[in-house]
Amino acid sequence: MIKVRQLYKKFGDNEVLRGIDCEMKEKEVVCVIGPSGSGKSTFLRCLNLLETITSGEVIIDGENIMNPNIDINKIRTEVGMVFQQFNLFPHKNVMENIILAPMKVRKLSREEAIARGEKLLEKVGLSDKGRSYPQQLSGGQQQRVAIARALAMEPKLMLFDEPTSALDPELVGEVLAVMKQLAEEGMTMIVVTHEMGFAREVADRVLFMDHGLIVEEGTPEQIFTSPRSERTKEFLNKVL
Amino acid sequence: MIGRFDWLGVIDFFPQLGIGLCYTLLISVVGLLIGFVLGAIFGLGRLSKNKLFYSIASVYVEVIRGTPLLVQAIWVFFALPLIIEYNLASISAGIIVISVNSGAYIAEIVRGAVQSIEKGQMEAGRSLGLTHNQAMRYIIWPQAFKRMIPPLGNQFIISIKDTSLLSVILVPELMFQGRLVASNYFNAVEIYTTVAMFYLAITLTLSFVLRYVERRLNIQ
Repeated sequence: MIKVRQLYKKFGDNEVLRGIDCEMKEKEVVCVIGPSGSGKSTFLRCLNLLETITSGEVIIDGENIMNPNIDINKIRTEVGMVFQQFNLFPHKNVMENIILAPMKVRKLSREEAIARGEKLLEKVGLSDKGRSYPQQLSGGQQQRVAIARALAMEPKLMLFDEPTSALDPELVGEVLAVMKQLAEEGMTMIVVTHEMGFAREVADRVLFMDHGLIVEEGTPEQIFTSPRSERTKEFLNKVL
Repeated sequence: MIGRFDWLGVIDFFPQLGIGLCYTLLISVVGLLIGFVLGAIFGLGRLSKNKLFYSIASVYVEVIRGTPLLVQAIWVFFALPLIIEYNLASISAGIIVISVNSGAYIAEIVRGAVQSIEKGQMEAGRSLGLTHNQAMRYIIWPQAFKRMIPPLGNQFIISIKDTSLLSVILVPELMFQGRLVASNYFNAVEIYTTVAMFYLAITLTLSFVLRYVERRLNIQ
């Protein structure tokens, strides 16, 4: 479903991604781990072109997103994204946050969009919060709304950029539970995370990144119990 | 001290000062409306990636912000007619000056407000598949507009007071009428105090209205 070949990203002289190669199948859940500054988030952001790609090839669902003739907005409708800082729209209530893109991009009627929104809010356990504004919700609730908002576009792939890093510890669990449920339903997901427990339990495959490269990849079992690379061992010793 | 002056006699000049007040309000309202349109256009220019649009907007803002309003007024009324070979009525000249002058400051208010919206808002919108224009319209502008209201109110008050400078180019506004009366009747203390009170009445009313709007829109 996703094929990345020799992906490079430079910010000025600073080379953040130095030739990423990876492939992902449908319904696969991939967790990306690694020290801060290793390029994990940048890699994720390149996949829906929130960052311009310096060079390389990214093919999503058969379409090369580097092709200048391609409609990037159409690609983005198939790729949902959840941000570390939630990025809910503060001037809109929860339901309006969810139905905006389905109405403006997918051209659903308001009624259809709301019906979809209600289902999604139920799914993330916030049925009673449709009329609340983001600032009235806890961080965990906001992030669950953000997940529902992304799902409302019915994407084929979900990207999570450190979705629990801005949360108070006691709120992490509720967000991970929603993500786990999503994984079990067969959503294709790439999750940049520091939650090793989640990676271990939910991921089909774990990528370890360092200095702009994928240093090692494998099943969670293999990465967490018998890492081959010295750098992976060192990192895991620090975080586990 | 106070007793030497004929304060009650000021009432006789209220009709004349009233005419001046009407012109002050007319020029302020029309000037600020046009100024807001100019500000929105050139504010977008200052945000634009299009180099030409950006440059034009920047030159406009820098030139207007960097020259005194009094010089602008005199230039438009006395110099511009020689260039375009067409005589401007003082009121038209006054409206042009207030529009163009407030427009430059409002452009900066617009730019500042749009830039103050967190980058993540645009990213969230784009990641949902909205186009840049859709994200601006439904996500950035509504939030930016709320943030513009306090500085816009400030600019409105400044521009209203600035119209008094237009007396120099013979716009028959409040200050102009006050000078006329005071020089004919030698009652400078009473008249100029009254003129000041008139301006204060306008700006205090506006302040009050703005505070109401801010409270309604829930702006901290």
